[in-house]
Amino acid sequence: MTGQEMSANPVGGQGWQFPFSISIEPRLTVPKWLPALISVGSLGVAFVIGGIVLAVAGGNPLAIYAHLIRAAFGDIGVFNDTLVKASPLMLVGLACALAFRMKLWNIGAEGQFFLGAWGASAVVLAPILPRDTPAILMIPTMMLAGVACGALWGLIPGFLKAKFNVNEIITTLMMNYIAVSWVLFWVFGEWSESGFQMSPMFPRNAWLPRLTDYAAQIPQFAGLTLHAGILFGLIVSVVVWFITSRSRWGYEIRLIGDNKEAARYAGVDIARNTMLLMMVSGGIAGLAGMAEIAGVVHRLQGAISNNYGFTGIIIAWLAKLNPFAVILVSVLFGGLIQAGREIQPSGVPRMLQGIILFCVIAGDVLLRYRIQITRR
Amino acid sequence: MSASAPLPDSASSIPYAVEMRGIVKRFPGVLANDHVDFDLRPGEVHALLGENGAGKSTLMNILSGLYRPDAGLIRVNGRPVHFNSPRDAIAAGLGMVHQHFMLVPTQTVTENIILGLSEPRFFLPLDQLDQRVLALQEQYGLRVDPKARIWQLSVGEQQRVEILKMLYRGANVLIMDEPTAVLTPQEVEELFHTLRAMVARGHSVIFISHKLDEVLKISNRITVLRQGRVAASGIPAHEATKAQLAQLMVGREVVFTVRKKPVQPGEVVLSVEDVCAENDRGLPALRHFSIQVRAGEIVGIAGVAGNGQSELAQVITGLRRCSCGRVVIAGEDIANRPPRAAIERHVAHIPEDRHGVGSSPGLSLAENLIMKSHRRPPISNGWVLNLPMIRRQAAQLKDEYNIIAPSVEVQARLLSGGNLQKAILAREISAGPRLIIAVQPTRGLDVGAIETVQNLLLKEREHGAAILLISEELEELLTLSDRIVGMYEGRHMGELNAEEATLAAIGLMMAGTPQGKPATR
Ligand SMILES: Nc1ncnc2c1ncn2[C@@H]1O[C@H](COP(=O)(O)OP(=O)(O)OP(=O)(O)O)[C@@H](O)[C@H]1O
Ligand SMILES: [Mg+2]
Repeated sequence: MTGQEMSANPVGGQGWQFPFSISIEPRLTVPKWLPALISVGSLGVAFVIGGIVLAVAGGNPLAIYAHLIRAAFGDIGVFNDTLVKASPLMLVGLACALAFRMKLWNIGAEGQFFLGAWGASAVVLAPILPRDTPAILMIPTMMLAGVACGALWGLIPGFLKAKFNVNEIITTLMMNYIAVSWVLFWVFGEWSESGFQMSPMFPRNAWLPRLTDYAAQIPQFAGLTLHAGILFGLIVSVVVWFITSRSRWGYEIRLIGDNKEAARYAGVDIARNTMLLMMVSGGIAGLAGMAEIAGVVHRLQGAISNNYGFTGIIIAWLAKLNPFAVILVSVLFGGLIQAGREIQPSGVPRMLQGIILFCVIAGDVLLRYRIQITRR
Repeated sequence: MSASAPLPDSASSIPYAVEMRGIVKRFPGVLANDHVDFDLRPGEVHALLGENGAGKSTLMNILSGLYRPDAGLIRVNGRPVHFNSPRDAIAAGLGMVHQHFMLVPTQTVTENIILGLSEPRFFLPLDQLDQRVLALQEQYGLRVDPKARIWQLSVGEQQRVEILKMLYRGANVLIMDEPTAVLTPQEVEELFHTLRAMVARGHSVIFISHKLDEVLKISNRITVLRQGRVAASGIPAHEATKAQLAQLMVGREVVFTVRKKPVQPGEVVLSVEDVCAENDRGLPALRHFSIQVRAGEIVGIAGVAGNGQSELAQVITGLRRCSCGRVVIAGEDIANRPPRAAIERHVAHIPEDRHGVGSSPGLSLAENLIMKSHRRPPISNGWVLNLPMIRRQAAQLKDEYNIIAPSVEVQARLLSGGNLQKAILAREISAGPRLIIAVQPTRGLDVGAIETVQNLLLKEREHGAAILLISEELEELLTLSDRIVGMYEGRHMGELNAEEATLAAIGLMMAGTPQGKPATR
């Protein structure tokens, strides 16, 4: 019955003793600043680990990081590209952050993103509106269609969860694959442009306005492809903040997320809220798909997502579900994706993403536990 | 340090089992312990008393290594100690049994007891371990089947497992935070038996309780805390009286009588008719149970815990389905309707499980106070929460119901047990209910707060509320109720009027012998 302390000495030899003892205890209170500190700290640790891996592989980590930063934030041109990548990430990250508030693990933002892209494309390609519809009507219709399709894709697992208590992690994950196949089915078949696995280019009135479109008025904008999708992200982040911390519905979401039994006791309809929240979350991810299609790709094809849906999960987590932090973290991850396209080998930013996710999850342990190292 | 205490040792040469000197613990906004001195002699039961929020749990959490004091010194058997974690405290022989048990429901008793120990390392010789557990049980009179799984055990048995866990780890000092709050009188007797056996073997016990009778019965000495400070230190129990202790705790005189005005009962507000329901394990909990409560009356339910009282409250409030029968509230059957149906009919519910059901630990006190009322103005206008209003109302309730907390923004889980209960009461009663389902409403409250709550319930009764009171405190049932209904294995065991009810008659009903008037429908 001895050896109560977790010893850092693995064999527990009698003679020499490791001079420190480590104890791990559950944390009772979490200071307000700690989550932010841990997020930043996990990032730092991730870059250090990444650096070690790079050094072992024979590279110079500092040089590589400097190069990464230049490739993502170095000049207005690449920064523009970083923000273009960040735009869908913001929306997807917000979609995840909102659902996670209720401890609803929506892993299906990727699929909802694809369905949103598909729905927006259908407006142009089906076509639902004639090709020469003015942008002022075309764009809102595409937004609506994208949101509706994403919401539907979220509602299905939401319904299964609410009515039959089917685990949403599995259903949302599975539905990602269906969504991708569904889009491929259309770009290979009905909407294929003369046999290529992509749809024809959308007419200009189905494009989201970009900075470069205003180059005639403001010459500095020339070549900047940043599109209105980033505004969607910024607006939705305010909306999500308002929902979670100022609205009645957000209160119910937080109540369910914190204590389901208490929510039931307070008369909150958990099934209804589950479906509603999955719809809203899916709708936001769907809007991301629409913005990507109408703002960047301008046609429907198989490769429209740089794993945005999955990256959104990491972003939401790293941002500790704070909608404004989601914006910042998205820019960082947009930079990583951007740098990955610029530099060789492009595997480095991907590896970094993986390490960041790992460190963020590991860092969460520090939120719940206090680790103490004391001298013997 | 009075030498007259009837203790196994009064010789000053033997060091204290535990000695705490000048303990200070500050939380944001509260000074929970303000230079507290406390000592424990070997082989004594030392009771710790104090109002809700006086700092008892905090002091014991410090002693058990959960918190670290901001200042002060702890000595165990005369040697200074510094605990960084509960492991350190257990290694020094101090074990704490929390009010919230920390057991794994799907594992057996023995598995729970050895959980977290580094020995045995690889293989579990379970039969051998069962034997060891049984031997411990033998010594201390703690009966519980080592092979039983935790979820099959009653609350009292689970508590025994917690005690066994500490004894197995070699605890010499047992710290018990409100151990009797959840026990039936029978189980309290058994616990006291165990505590005496432990003391006889040289262990010492620190015992926190709000029940003065128990404290006087089991303890050798009593220390009283008030607002984080020591109000009385180590007074011998045989010299203390209930009234004196109450006054020390609250700082004013507490009248132990509550005055009940005669009220002419009005129309029937709640009518439970022929209801059947199952408990969580799928066994019948209510068997064709019927009861009526009218406006302006308090109907008490007397029964040993686990005879269907909790399920009855849940069926009425829509938290549990019933397989037959009707639940009529103000003329409308709401059986098997969602909980909101009852809420909309102004049914207040003070649930038994204040942490798991009645509150949301991660949300703030203010947010806990708007559960249910969050749907209506002035708390929300349409979609939007009215934050200034929420804060204002919370501050008002905090004052009115004397909820002690640094601010209305603190997380509910940081409130002391009794103050959380007060918050739930404040929320439920301030809503102006037509029917109140009160389950153990005064559990965990200090004497002053009990008096307040009982008077509150009586005031609601005078205002015409119908009240169903489910309580294991027979005294409370007798003082508050107009009628008392016995409940045994989910059945109605008859009904007694307040005047004719005696402890003996109630005891018979609780044991399954019908008394008084049979159930009417
Ligand atoms: N972890 C914490 N963080 C902040 N405040 C706390 C914490 N724990 C306790 N408190 C505050 O310290 C005070 C003392 O609380 P404590 O739990 O010790 O009271 P108590 O005497 O056990 O009361 P009760 O009889 O109601 O259980 C209370 O005001 C409580 O809100
Ligand atoms: Mg306490």
